[in-house]
Amino acid sequence: MPAPSSPRGPLLLLLPIGLIVALVAILFAWVGGWFGGKGVTPQAMADTAEASGSPQPGFRRAHSKGICIVGSFVPTPAAGQLSSARVFSQASTPVLGRFSNPGNDPHAPDNKAAVRGMALQLKTDDGQEWRLAMNSFPFFASSTPEGFQALNVARLPDPATGKPDPEKMKAVLARHPEIANFMAWSKDAPTPDSLANTRFNGVNAFRLVDAQGRERVVRWSMRPHAPFVAADPERLKNASRDFLAEDLDRRLAAGPLRWDMVMQFAAPGDPIEDPSRPWPDTRPETRVGTLTLTRTEAQAGGPCFDLNFDPLILPKGIVATGDPVLHARSAVYSESFNRREREISRGQARTGSAQ
Amino acid sequence: MSHPRHFNLLARVLHWSMAVAILAMLFVGAAMVVSLRYREALLDLHRPLGLAILLLAIVRLANRLRHPPPPLPADLPRIQAMAATASHWLLYGLMFAMPLIGWAMLSAGAYPVELFGGVHLPPILPHSPVLYGFLRPLHGVLAYVLFITILVHLGAALFHAWIRRDGVFEQMTTGGKPE
Repeated sequence: MPAPSSPRGPLLLLLPIGLIVALVAILFAWVGGWFGGKGVTPQAMADTAEASGSPQPGFRRAHSKGICIVGSFVPTPAAGQLSSARVFSQASTPVLGRFSNPGNDPHAPDNKAAVRGMALQLKTDDGQEWRLAMNSFPFFASSTPEGFQALNVARLPDPATGKPDPEKMKAVLARHPEIANFMAWSKDAPTPDSLANTRFNGVNAFRLVDAQGRERVVRWSMRPHAPFVAADPERLKNASRDFLAEDLDRRLAAGPLRWDMVMQFAAPGDPIEDPSRPWPDTRPETRVGTLTLTRTEAQAGGPCFDLNFDPLILPKGIVATGDPVLHARSAVYSESFNRREREISRGQARTGSAQ
Repeated sequence: MSHPRHFNLLARVLHWSMAVAILAMLFVGAAMVVSLRYREALLDLHRPLGLAILLLAIVRLANRLRHPPPPLPADLPRIQAMAATASHWLLYGLMFAMPLIGWAMLSAGAYPVELFGGVHLPPILPHSPVLYGFLRPLHGVLAYVLFITILVHLGAALFHAWIRRDGVFEQMTTGGKPE
């Protein structure tokens, strides 16, 4: 029997139907951050990085200038006791990485770069992958992504004066006092004269999980075999735009460059979710391997350029802590990666030589 | 010619479990792209759930081909019948497309496609910034298309249930009215 074509229920019922559909839609929009204070988002942090200089389509939003590096990692026997990650038991793991300068200008002169980055990708024979993003500073500027975002906003030039507003910076320091430690460090820390003698620190804490499931909280660093030499401020002034890459190539022509990977262990009570607070130097340390770099490549067209060195891409045996800065880095790197790959896809990427 | 009066049990179980899974997926996806703190945790949920939806969609399509669904009411206005057919094709298309695009875009972005506990899916595309730069926004846009189609589908289902009262809604819930 065919049903009648005229409605059987009152049309007034359209109202609750509309209401239900609208409620689901509103809930979705709220979850997606369309309205309602969600605090700082990865998009807002990427926007701030973009606003710090002229647009550089196709490049990273931060640490835009870089050099691709190629080498290998060989673990020490002690490493395999600390973590079941294959990278610590495999004889040698190929490494693809990237040295970088801060800022969003891929053509910035090297003598302006006070801090530097080292990112690595290690893929082991068990199909696991480890990506690391380290920096030459020993601790992070802020204990939270909110503090770091506030700092970067305060550093943006004021439209009226063309310079950052010192009042804004004061307000940020009042709300996030730990940032003052970082500022004091940047003022006094000598800059190494080469990437080869720069120590790189994974400022965030991670957990190493061994074969028995035991966990140890660590921070790692890459300590150069090349002895530290501070850059001479006078020579730095007249250094060539790409002196870091030129120095690296000169050194690599003479032989591979090495860094020891060292794990520092947290003592009970040490802050493990606050990257702005380093642990005392007296904490026990173990050397877990040696990184050997054999050659560089320009990042333009290089193998490291279209990789997102997301520090939360971890192999089995290494687990992230709840450090909010660590998680924010992953989220913002992803947003930056999405933006630049979209620009490349649309043919908007700026071409030309880029170190 | 005899037509089934309702969807078979498997179709109904798949419909409602996938409704929950797909809605959860859309909300997880929307939340994770704007989250500074929970992106990784949500992503760890998003990838295996996406694969589960893809596998269920395959079972669902196979079941549908073997067990044709009940016909729409004969008196349904042509425009509504066309909208019903089109939206169902769209839903099926997106059930397959969304997980595959997600998998493909991660492959093109050179991301490991980890499901859980170190279990990985192999890449289905080569590392390609151009492909990633196209697929990543496509994944987002189609998520909105899927969400809107689900809202229309929900509204239409309630319209059948409360206003037309033509048994269409019951075909997917209780199994339909007996002959």
